[in-house]
Amino acid sequence: MVWQLDFWLLVILIVTAVIALSLKDLLAAVAALSAYSFFVALLFSQMGAIDVAFVEATLGAGISGVLFIVALFLTRRRSED
Amino acid sequence: MRWLNLFIMLLFAVLMLYATTGLPGHADPQAPANTHVSPTYIEDTIKDTHTPNVVTSVLADYRGYDTLGETVVIFTAGLACVLILMKRKGNDKTTLSKHHRSDHM
Amino acid sequence: MIKQHYQSIIVQTICSLLIPFIQLFALYVIFHGHYGPGGGFQGGVLLAVSIILQRLYLGIKISHQKFSPRLAMAFAAVGLLIYGLAGIIPMIFGGSFLDYGNLPLFWVHDAERRALGILIVEIGIGLGVFGTLVLIFDNLVGERW
Repeated sequence: MVWQLDFWLLVILIVTAVIALSLKDLLAAVAALSAYSFFVALLFSQMGAIDVAFVEATLGAGISGVLFIVALFLTRRRSED
Repeated sequence: MRWLNLFIMLLFAVLMLYATTGLPGHADPQAPANTHVSPTYIEDTIKDTHTPNVVTSVLADYRGYDTLGETVVIFTAGLACVLILMKRKGNDKTTLSKHHRSDHM
Repeated sequence: MIKQHYQSIIVQTICSLLIPFIQLFALYVIFHGHYGPGGGFQGGVLLAVSIILQRLYLGIKISHQKFSPRLAMAFAAVGLLIYGLAGIIPMIFGGSFLDYGNLPLFWVHDAERRALGILIVEIGIGLGVFGTLVLIFDNLVGERW
């Protein structure tokens, strides 16, 4: 267990989460959210939980991004607040 | 108000970080979760189920009831999605057919 | 709203080449769950991803002819039914609920029977997750893609 890798993964995790919250363009926010789930998957696999990392990479970074983008195309792209 | 929110959030973060100091270390063999049932699963999984991956044997065999509930939850989510979204589509169709009917008559 | 579908020859060729490999990898993930990372959930999600990719690049009309939403719903229900039967059939043969050692597979011995029971259950989970995700996508998009 390398603590530097752990530390920088956590820092990138927080940065992508804040970016996904603060963006006005919701399509870019969905991309940032996918990056967030991908870094969560990296963190899980670095901890040794490969199965959970696999679920997170397929469900969080794959399917949920597609569903969010479809929902965006059916509604509006800009955030109101 | 904004600063009050920030202060409350920081207070909560400090509280949670303080709480993590009481947790056992990462992959500690003496942690309570690793001394109770985990050694039995790790030792018996080859003998009981011929499955080298302990995660699969725990998920599908030893704790199969939980996974059944999980699958039922996912299926119920799909059914709820179908029910909610089908209704909107049906309403569109009824209004459309009304217009068509008035046009034809 | 996207009205026209992707008419580019590059996108269509790449997607139609990619889909069989995604499905093959999904089957590998489901059936290799005993020996490595993977299992029913991940394999089901990958199968659903292949169908959703087909929906995206072919448009909803042609894609519904290739894999209809009713079939997706049937897959979801059949997957759940497989899991439930794998729980109930051992009760008929004298075990407890979800005790795969009592499945009526008489040509293998006890531990191997439990491994087969795990495989059956993983297939059930995979079909259930696959059908449910395709169903959610179809009903979210509707007729408008």
